[in-house]
Amino acid sequence: MMAESQSGYNVETIRNLFPILNRKVKGRDLIYFDNAATAQKPIQVIEALTHYYSHYNANIHRGLHTLADEATAAFEATRHSIQHFIGAAVPEEIIFTKGTTESINLVASAWGNTHLQKGDEIIISSLEHHANIVPWQMVAEARGAQLRVIPIDDNGVLDMEAFQNMLNEKTRFVSIVHASNALGVINPVEDIITLAHKFDALVLVDAAQSSVHLELDVQQLDCDFLVFSGHKIYGPTGTGILYGKKALLEMLPPYQGGGEMIKEVTFEKTTYNELPFKFEAGTPNIADFIALKPAVDFIQDIGKKNIHAHEDALLRYATEKLETIDGLHIRGNVANKVSVVSFTIDDIHPQDLAILLDNQGIAVRTGHHCAQPLMKRLGIVGTTRASFAAYNTFEEIDIFAQALNKSIKMLK
Amino acid sequence: MQETRSIAAIEQELTEDFAMFETWEEKYEYLIDLGRKLPMLDASFKTDDYKIKGCQSSVWIHSYHKDGLVYFEGDSDAMIVKGLVSLMIQVLSGQKPADIVQAPLSVIENTGLSSHLAQTRSNGLRAMIKQMKLDASVYGASSPQ
Ligand SMILES: Cc1ncc(COP(=O)(O)O)c(C=O)c1O
Repeated sequence: MMAESQSGYNVETIRNLFPILNRKVKGRDLIYFDNAATAQKPIQVIEALTHYYSHYNANIHRGLHTLADEATAAFEATRHSIQHFIGAAVPEEIIFTKGTTESINLVASAWGNTHLQKGDEIIISSLEHHANIVPWQMVAEARGAQLRVIPIDDNGVLDMEAFQNMLNEKTRFVSIVHASNALGVINPVEDIITLAHKFDALVLVDAAQSSVHLELDVQQLDCDFLVFSGHKIYGPTGTGILYGKKALLEMLPPYQGGGEMIKEVTFEKTTYNELPFKFEAGTPNIADFIALKPAVDFIQDIGKKNIHAHEDALLRYATEKLETIDGLHIRGNVANKVSVVSFTIDDIHPQDLAILLDNQGIAVRTGHHCAQPLMKRLGIVGTTRASFAAYNTFEEIDIFAQALNKSIKMLK
Repeated sequence: MQETRSIAAIEQELTEDFAMFETWEEKYEYLIDLGRKLPMLDASFKTDDYKIKGCQSSVWIHSYHKDGLVYFEGDSDAMIVKGLVSLMIQVLSGQKPADIVQAPLSVIENTGLSSHLAQTRSNGLRAMIKQMKLDASVYGASSPQ
């Protein structure tokens, strides 16, 4: 076992904030290494939910009473905190959705259906999650546009030369994942944005995996859209973020119609509300968005840099341990990664590993990770993926490595 | 002879086999061993026509009909699932179509295997059993007895 390497980083104090970490699974202390799927929630988030429902549950933006005022203020406070979390210029640039998936669908639909012409090209990469493939396929098909895919090498690194050759005057949009959920590999989104803008193409960054690990500054990046999910940054499920440059969001038509998103409705004509409400039809997910703020605060209080340093140390420790296992191949074994270690083992199906690890109280993810084209490109059915968060420890990695060795022995 | 024993009797015996093991390791090792010993499925049956869609692993089941009884062969790319395939084959292969169709099939739930896989609620296993019963009902309809 290694000592905690970060000065001042106290993992025990952090663990104490997460009630679920006291849980036993199959009679053992839970080891939760499926953080890339969803992160666990600190007590502040859980309490914010019950506090809202016990003290000021009300519909927002419309009531003229104390509860409605309090709920509206708390809801909008989250918008401000997300604004600062990603360095957006103004809060209206933050649109609340259900999740990354809905955010991408919103852009693909609202922008694609009004801007794509026959023969136009959209570029994605071989690393995309299905959420950043299917919406583009749908709108490309509807509009007669073409979807092009940036190739990768065997380690999951983007072929930037191929990308440059792909760009042309027909390129209208580039939608790219920041960090791969299946491999952890970080893409050079700064370069991609600069290159795409030379051809006046818009760029959406899928930050579902990066938002919790990497410092994000949308103004510095100069991305046109950026999307992520609250549940992966220690917040509640059902909270998605769409950042868009204000001028772009103003130009786009609404995505759904209903209450909240209107200014005035007559049967002849409806005028739409201003940003961000134009894109937030109906009663939003008030409670969960209110409880997203303490999740952001949790990250900011410890400092994303400090969390990242801890996670990076865990990643390197785990990588070293796993590399000693016979027949184990780390997929996406590159230096520039978020804290995801994805691997295959010769002659062992990932599902068998997941079952045997679960019996030892360890939660990992196995399968195609919603990235079937990527698995096909790598020539594998799936991987086993361990992903680390602020509360994971070196000891847990030791136990994981032992459990893994034991599982391999049982299967060989 | 296996043919002479009822589905319920085979299930009972297998349940007792599993009950002998005290730890989860022993139960899984036994299951994995069953998978390993499952006779190879001819490559000509390892095609999409014989494939059953599970969630993460693939299962192939081939059946045939002889002297009024239904026989099954199968395979999986995952070892633990292959053990489950082997268990189901031991229980159902060589039985009468009507008996297969009507069998309540409790063995896997009674093995004490804790994985979600081993519960008939799980899609993969349910799909496998459904396919075996469907095959049996087709043979039953073609030779009513
Ligand atoms: C890279 C990436 N994009 C998109 C998504 C979809 O996110 P959600 O399911 O929260 O909408 C995920 C979630 O796994 C992801 O990792």
